[in-house]
Amino acid sequence: MSKINLTINGQPVEARAGMTILEAAESAGIEIPTFCHDPQLVGVGACRICVVEVEGGRGLPAACVAPAGDGMVINTESEKVVQARKANLSLLLANHPLDCLTCEKSGECKLQDYCYRYGVAETDYPGEVKEIPFEDSNPFYERDMNKCILCGKCSRVCFEVNGAGAIDYAYRGFKSTIAPAFEEPVENSPCVFCGMCVDLCPTGALNPKLSKGLGRAWEIDKVKTTCPYCGTGCNFYLEVKDDKIVGVTPDYDSPVNKGNLCVKGRFGWDFVDSPERLTKPLIKKEGKFVEASWEEALELVASKIKETVDKNGPEALAGLSSARVTNEENYLFQKLIRMLGSNNVDHCARL
Amino acid sequence: MTAKPKIIVGLGTCGIAAGGQDVYQAIEKALAENNIDAELTQTGCIGACENEVLVDIQKPGQPRITYGKVPPEEVGNVVTEHIVKDQISRDFVLGKIGEGDLPAEYEDIPVFFEELPFYQKQNRLCLRNCGFINPEIIDEYVAREGYEALKKVITTMKPEEVVEEVKKSGLRGRGGGGFPSGLKWEFTMKAEGDKKYIVCNADEGDPGAFMDRSILEGDPHSVLEGMAIAGYAVGADEGYIYCRAEYPLAVKRLKLAIEQAKEKNFLGNNILGADFNFDLKVKEGAGAFVCGEETALLMSIEGKRGMPRPRPPFPAQKGLFDKPTCLNNVETFGNVPVVFLKGADYFASIGTEGSKGTKVFALTGSINRTGLAEVPMGITIQEVVYDIAGGLPGDGEFKAVQVGGPSGGCIPKDLLHLPIDYDSLTDAGAMMGSGGLVIMGLDTCMVDIARYFLTFTQSESCGKCTPCREGTKRMLEILQRITTGEGEPEDIEKLKTLGDAISSTSLCGLGQTAPNPVLTTLRYFQDEYEKHIFDKRCPAGICVDLLIYAIDPELCDGCRRCVKACPVDAISGEKKEPHVIDTEACIKCGACLEKCKEEAIKLQS
Repeated sequence: MSKINLTINGQPVEARAGMTILEAAESAGIEIPTFCHDPQLVGVGACRICVVEVEGGRGLPAACVAPAGDGMVINTESEKVVQARKANLSLLLANHPLDCLTCEKSGECKLQDYCYRYGVAETDYPGEVKEIPFEDSNPFYERDMNKCILCGKCSRVCFEVNGAGAIDYAYRGFKSTIAPAFEEPVENSPCVFCGMCVDLCPTGALNPKLSKGLGRAWEIDKVKTTCPYCGTGCNFYLEVKDDKIVGVTPDYDSPVNKGNLCVKGRFGWDFVDSPERLTKPLIKKEGKFVEASWEEALELVASKIKETVDKNGPEALAGLSSARVTNEENYLFQKLIRMLGSNNVDHCARL
Repeated sequence: MTAKPKIIVGLGTCGIAAGGQDVYQAIEKALAENNIDAELTQTGCIGACENEVLVDIQKPGQPRITYGKVPPEEVGNVVTEHIVKDQISRDFVLGKIGEGDLPAEYEDIPVFFEELPFYQKQNRLCLRNCGFINPEIIDEYVAREGYEALKKVITTMKPEEVVEEVKKSGLRGRGGGGFPSGLKWEFTMKAEGDKKYIVCNADEGDPGAFMDRSILEGDPHSVLEGMAIAGYAVGADEGYIYCRAEYPLAVKRLKLAIEQAKEKNFLGNNILGADFNFDLKVKEGAGAFVCGEETALLMSIEGKRGMPRPRPPFPAQKGLFDKPTCLNNVETFGNVPVVFLKGADYFASIGTEGSKGTKVFALTGSINRTGLAEVPMGITIQEVVYDIAGGLPGDGEFKAVQVGGPSGGCIPKDLLHLPIDYDSLTDAGAMMGSGGLVIMGLDTCMVDIARYFLTFTQSESCGKCTPCREGTKRMLEILQRITTGEGEPEDIEKLKTLGDAISSTSLCGLGQTAPNPVLTTLRYFQDEYEKHIFDKRCPAGICVDLLIYAIDPELCDGCRRCVKACPVDAISGEKKEPHVIDTEACIKCGACLEKCKEEAIKLQS
């Protein structure tokens, strides 16, 4: 790929031909604000917060979609650019509930961050504010479209990455919103609750229900782990506060799943501290389950295996393992059963 | 020359709306009743909309006589008298077209295109067939050099030469932006791709614009021919015409024209025996104004929500279904056969340095002659308003002309001398747009006009980009405040700041130009905004909330009709004594105004 040379904020930058201005700037460590941009999605240039000034160019192009050109002289924070970003933020604030004190997204909200960065405390253009009914009828996430700034990342990830296409823009002009077809609740749409939309939402419009009220962004530590639900081995971060899990966020750098998750990994973490969770082996004695030690339980299993093999031969023995353990553990399990002389071994995953 | 008398009824949408179908049937009936052997046919719009229904009669050896505003109950007589008795009705005759002899008493009938003031300054190239051919019969198009340009191109020119010829003609896109068509064709020709498309933008959506509709209804084959030539030039074998569904007659005639062109092998495979295939489809739009924006239009053809996508890549590189696509509008394609029939040099000899050829304008608003006019580029606004459109009714005073629809701007009286070309209009803060000209007199409030256009663009904003979606809403709210007497001193500055931010940062042409009506009225009529804001007055007397209803005691005869009509009992006074309106209680509903026979109730600003 050929190289191009450009100047960004007075700094000489070498970039690859074909890069956008945003990519060229990022490669040189220059940060440009974005709402609608995400590296895994096709660029749409919708939010216009990333506008920059290109010397000799017309208007202010959106850095996320404008190609970087050889010899370009770009200013990402010129007075014109800053004025345009302030106007943009002011327009978004005019149509956004300013409930940051109780908003779940506070502390990791891009709208909040950029308003702070550009000193936009309130809107210059007060007027009508949209009033869209709050939606929380599904078990996994809430949709508060009054907080939506229509960056469209949710609908694009749903279509481009997940392939579900459950939501898209509806209506035009000021009435525009993101909705499932016919504005049905999302559970009546092709939504599979992968939660990727929730993860990409720059504001508090999409919130995981389970995490609600469990902690603010700045109180939470992130612990990288592997999903225990199946053998795929998706990585993600557990959000932890006071040694308790309060949520899950994706790990976009994971080579296994690149941030993609399914409903179980994304929203199914509450079993960890569930009072119904089995934490000790149970042995059925006189028709009732009774807590036992691991030694006792393993002893019982071993004796039952031996008894079965002795009585009916190894072919009478069968092993069924779980999809929730790793490939390696499944491998070991089938090895064990075969070592015991039986080929009757299976696994609960079915495609 | 026709062997038997021919009667032609203008049956474009404008003619039909004025009662053309009834006129047509009345003629049929009259012909049958009087045993007259004549050919009755239809044609598209000739441009003189104010004179609809138009009926033309041509007797062998005589010029064609055009009658205007012919009512169905009279048309039978007009036709019979003309054909049987050679008597031309002075009540309805407009002019004569073509060669031939008339009885001496009718020598004074004006020559239609040369002597009627509406047509004197026109130069009908793109509209050359509108009003002359029956658009539903391909042979009539062929008889007027139809598909000759395509024949010439396919049989004698290489694609590169075709592109060169279009470049040489100086033809620029007639849809608004004015991009040089030859360059666009060249980019598409040179773009790498195993498949290329030609797309015609027939999604004419500007309020008050009907140029493209008239061409599609009156001369669909010229557009088809232009597209086929483009297909040959850029190497495309397939094309789409994206026509708004609100134009059912245009859609019908386009489909019929495609069918007929295929039968004659002007479309299809091995066109005219050459190694060139070109097929066309009509795709109907679903009513979104933004789909007139080229990238949104392509999204819509692809079956997606019509929302603009960023450029670059431009359609010439990556257009319909990601393939190189040459996209022009109806009038641009309609001009293409002219370029090849008359030559690029001829085309380039018309117009100004930067704007060649002619432009079709839809003339509406406060003028004597509404209609469709094709004028050479560079004609002044003055000539269009006064010479062609006949000025304002009742010798009213000209205030401004709105050029280019919601993306355009209002040009004031001081600039009446401005030549109509792409660059002059852009410099004046307006734009050529697709060609709507709305002429306004002193009774038009410029703030109200700005509010009207913003209402339109706001509701048609696709919702994708922040400045357009949210910004036009706030501009509209400010304008609504100003027109209702709640404007604040800082509103003017806010409108300018917001307008500039929306223009410079919006994603597509719709957003980038949406503030134009506000910015141009601020530029030329700021005093009117100030009167609304500071004096709470609407000088034009349009903004109802700023008006006061008052009774002229000199004229009031105390009949009490207004007292009875007033829903809020705001009018008082003794019988036969002048009445008084309590302005505090008055809700400005206008009920009193309607009832007053003495015209004593006045609106004061």
